[in-house]
Amino acid sequence: MSTDEIELKALMLASLDGDAAAHRVLLGRLSNRLRAYFKGKLTRIGKAAADAEDLVQEAVLAIHLKRDTYDTHEPLTPWVHAIARYKLIDFLRRTRALRADVPIGEADEVMAHDDREAAESSYDLRRLMDRLSKNMRCAIMAVKLDGLSTAEAARRCGLSESGVKVNVHRGLRTLAALIAQGTAP
Amino acid sequence: MRTDDLVEFLSRNLEPVDRGAILRTFCVAVAAGIAAALGVAFFGLGVRPDFTTTHALIFLALKLAFAIGIVGLAIVYLTRLMRPGGERRISPFLIMAPFLAIVLLAAISLGSAPRTHWDRMIVGDEWLECLLSIPIIAIVPFAASIWAVRKGAPTDLVRAGALAGLIAGGISAIGYALHCTDDSLPFVAVWYGGTIALCTLAGAVLGPRLLRW
Repeated sequence: MSTDEIELKALMLASLDGDAAAHRVLLGRLSNRLRAYFKGKLTRIGKAAADAEDLVQEAVLAIHLKRDTYDTHEPLTPWVHAIARYKLIDFLRRTRALRADVPIGEADEVMAHDDREAAESSYDLRRLMDRLSKNMRCAIMAVKLDGLSTAEAARRCGLSESGVKVNVHRGLRTLAALIAQGTAP
Repeated sequence: MRTDDLVEFLSRNLEPVDRGAILRTFCVAVAAGIAAALGVAFFGLGVRPDFTTTHALIFLALKLAFAIGIVGLAIVYLTRLMRPGGERRISPFLIMAPFLAIVLLAAISLGSAPRTHWDRMIVGDEWLECLLSIPIIAIVPFAASIWAVRKGAPTDLVRAGALAGLIAGGISAIGYALHCTDDSLPFVAVWYGGTIALCTLAGAVLGPRLLRW
């Protein structure tokens, strides 16, 4: 087992327990690996590497939203690889390329290289947020952008505390769905 | 949007994750599906009138064992398939085991009966009812399983859909078995096995549309 796997899994376990700092480091490190993975795949099948950043963000969002599907008894690398590959195939289908072009590949390849040359993706978070319901938008703005506590957010948005949590979660899921439908930005 | 900003955005005020939630959701869905199928059997179709006789009980137990075997295996596999990469941890062969067992038993039962009885043993009295009932009763359990799988993140949508169809077909057969009075192994193999396979196929076709995330 690689040191990467051990370190990243430890970060994942901490982030599942609600450790925001671990989550930040985990998503940061994974995004560098995902960037290298997607750029490699896209150039190999003759697509523009410029789309890589969109895919990185889609995968990062998916990893965040679906983190409850990670089975902590299993290694992390195959889980990340499965998500990355799924998002790649989904992206290619959306952009009308053939699925047959993507070999299954080994799980390790998703962790093989780092690429820190982050470009901007084509997604505009603020504009995407305009398409959320008022409660979702208010809850996400308060909790995720302005960093308010749940109690403060509840007061600002006129929701209960659990209402804030539900609206943040649903809002993020809706954002991911908007991106995955290919209707973004 | 910059990826660093997205990471920062997602990490702020992070909530801890309830790790058992996904399995609990799945159990609730399966239980709801079973309740629906039993409801149809008890209040819609009606339980077979002779079910206190030994002969009826033996065949009821056989049909239930077949259906429960299918549902049990499918539950184990679908809980794997609803997680990313779960398709690496399933063996399609084991899923076939209950079907192979019933076909084998049916063949033995046909072999030990005179040829003139074969038609009746295979076609039975209620083949059409069975053919229609199992897929129809399967609709609610299918919807419940798809709802639960959508809470997860399957990365092989065809197989996840197929397994949801298999669970639904199996649950439906549990309900239908309580009503069905056709007591022959070839009948169970052909009409139960066939309709459950049909549900599985329907699930495989619908999976990519219903489960995309």
